[in-house]
Amino acid sequence: MHIEVRNLNKNFGDFHAVRDVSFEIEKGHLIGLLGPSGGGKTSILRMLAGLETPSSGDILFHGKRVNDLPPQERGIGFVFQNYALFKHMTVYDNIAFGLKVKKQSKEQIRERVMYLVELTGLKGFEHRYAHQLSGGQRQRVAFARALAPEPQLLLLDEPFAAIDAKIRTELRTWLKEMIERVGITSIFVTHDQEEAIEVADEIMIISKGRLEQKGSPWDIYKNPQTPFVAGFIGESTIVDNIGEFKGFEDAASSPGTKALIRPEYIEIGKPGEIKLASATLPGIVKHLHFRGSEWMVELLVGDTKLITYRSLEKEVLHPGDKVSVLVHRAYLFNDNDSWIAENTLKVDPMPIHI
Amino acid sequence: MMRRLWITLTYIVFALLLIAPLVKIFTGSWADGLNGFVEAITRPQSLHALMMTAIIVVVVTALNTIFGVMLALYLVRAEWISPRMKRLLNSLVDLPFAVSPVIGGLMIVLILGPNTVIGAMFEDAGFKIVYALPGMILATLFVTFPLMVREVMPVLQEIGAQQEEAASTLGAYSWYTFWKVTWPSIRWGVIYGVVLTVARSLGEFGAVLVVSGNIMNKTQTATTLVYQDVENFNVVAANGIALVLAAFSVGLLLLMEWAKKRKEVH
Repeated sequence: MHIEVRNLNKNFGDFHAVRDVSFEIEKGHLIGLLGPSGGGKTSILRMLAGLETPSSGDILFHGKRVNDLPPQERGIGFVFQNYALFKHMTVYDNIAFGLKVKKQSKEQIRERVMYLVELTGLKGFEHRYAHQLSGGQRQRVAFARALAPEPQLLLLDEPFAAIDAKIRTELRTWLKEMIERVGITSIFVTHDQEEAIEVADEIMIISKGRLEQKGSPWDIYKNPQTPFVAGFIGESTIVDNIGEFKGFEDAASSPGTKALIRPEYIEIGKPGEIKLASATLPGIVKHLHFRGSEWMVELLVGDTKLITYRSLEKEVLHPGDKVSVLVHRAYLFNDNDSWIAENTLKVDPMPIHI
Repeated sequence: MMRRLWITLTYIVFALLLIAPLVKIFTGSWADGLNGFVEAITRPQSLHALMMTAIIVVVVTALNTIFGVMLALYLVRAEWISPRMKRLLNSLVDLPFAVSPVIGGLMIVLILGPNTVIGAMFEDAGFKIVYALPGMILATLFVTFPLMVREVMPVLQEIGAQQEEAASTLGAYSWYTFWKVTWPSIRWGVIYGVVLTVARSLGEFGAVLVVSGNIMNKTQTATTLVYQDVENFNVVAANGIALVLAAFSVGLLLLMEWAKKRKEVH
C-alpha cells in the first residue's frame, strides 16, 4: 500500500506530540521509525492505524484520505508492544479472530490459520494459551494474528522491546525475512538504532515530534542532515574548539561552529606510524577498554577527549602513550547550517616524487 | 501467654458477634416447633413480603448490572469524557457509600413524594413512585449502585485497552469486541458484583423503610416485616423470616467465595 502523510499534528492537551510531519512510503517497503522514547513515534503509528485521531493533517492510503475511517476499515495489521494477545483464547483462536469477524467459512479459516501457524513456526502450539508461550512465540502469534485478514499495511510498535537480548537478533532476522516473503508494506517503531539499521529498508528519524530525516540507513549515516541525526546515529563526540584542530582551521571562520566526530573518522598511530604526519595532532592515550573484537581508546588531544577504536592486530597501546591523531573528517554545525568537512591537509601539500 | 489470651479473646468476640445471633435466630424460629416456623413464613403478609423482596432483588440486580458495567466502561475507556468530568463522576459513584441509606430514602421522598411537583405529575399519570414498588426499587438501586462499578472498574483498568484496540484493528466493532474480548475478562468481576448487589438489596432496610411507608401486604419487604414483627413482640415469626434471609446470605457468601477465587484465576 502506498502511504502519504501530510502536515500531521497531534496534541495531547498542552503537549504537542507530533509536529507537522510529512512523508511518503512506497508499496512493499519496510520502514523503521527511529528516535528517543517519548518522541512521538508511537503516536504517528497509532494515527496511521486509526487508534488516535490527528489534530490536523491528512493521511492517505492509495491516494485516498482515510482520516475519517475507523481502524476496522483501514485494512491494517497492528502488532502491539506487549502483543495484546487475547489471553482467554488459544493461539488458534487468536489468529482466527480477524477471519471470524469477516464471517469466513470454517474451512477457509482453518486453512488460513494453519498456513500462518506453519509460516510462523508455531505448529504444535495451536491449542496453547498466551501465558503458556515464551516471549518470542507470543510475538509470532501477534504477527500471525495481524497478518491473518491479509492487511495491506503492517504496523509494529516496538516489536522486540519485550524480548530478551539474546533471541532479539534472531527474531529481527526472522521478521525481516517474513515481511519480505509476504511482501507487505510495513512500518515499525523502535528506539534501538542497531535494530532500525539492520531491519529497515528506510529509516525515519523522529525527535520531539518532528521528522528529522528520512532515508536509507547508509544515507543517514553518511549524510546526516541535522545535528540531532548526526549525534543519534552511530557513536560520536562533540568537539567545541574544532577550529584549533589541524586541517579544520576553516571552521573557525564561522563563529559558534562545533564538530561531531565519530570514532571511525579518527586514525591513531605511534609517532611515525601515520604517513600524513603534517595532518596529525599529538595526543595522549587516557584509557583503554577491551571490547571483545577491538580496543576502544580514549584519547586526550589538548583538553578535548576523543574516542576511537583500534584493531587488536596493531601494537598494543598503554595509558599515557603519546600518539599521533589523524581526524579524517568531521560533521560541522552551527546555528544556521551543518556540513561535512574533510581534513584539508590530507592531500599532502608537499608530495615527494621519487 | 499474652498471645494466647488475645487469640482466645478474638474467638470470643467473633462468636458473640456472628455465631450467637445465628444460633439464636435458628432456635428462636423453632421455639414453637416446625409448625410455628411454617406458620410464620406462610402468613399472607410473610409471603407477600418475601415476594416483594424477590422482585426488588431481581429488578435491582438486573438494572445495576447493566448500568454499572456501562458506567464502568465509560469511566475507564471513553475518550469523549474529559478527565475532570471523569473524576467528578467517579467520586459521585461513591456518594451512596457516604450517605446513610435512610437519608438516601428521604431524598427520594423529598424529590418524588406525592407532595412534590414531579411526584404529583407522576401520580396524575397514574404512576405512584413513593410508597409503592418503583420508589422501593429506586431506593435500593441508590444504595447498591457503587457495588458493580467498583468491582468492574479496577478489572477494566488492569486489562488495559490494548486487547480491545487489537480487536478493532482486526475489524471487530464495539459490540463484537465487548462480548468476545472484554466480557471474558470482566465476567468474574461482574458475577462478584452481582452477588454483592443481591446480598445488599436482600438486606436493605433503612432506605426502603423510609420510601415504602411499610404498609402490610402492599409495600412491606422481608426486612421491614421482621422489624414490624419485633415491634409487635411476635418473636417467633420475626426469627422465622430472619432465618430465611440468613439462609440466603450464607448461600450468597459461598457463591461469593467461589466467584472471588475464579476472579483471581482469570
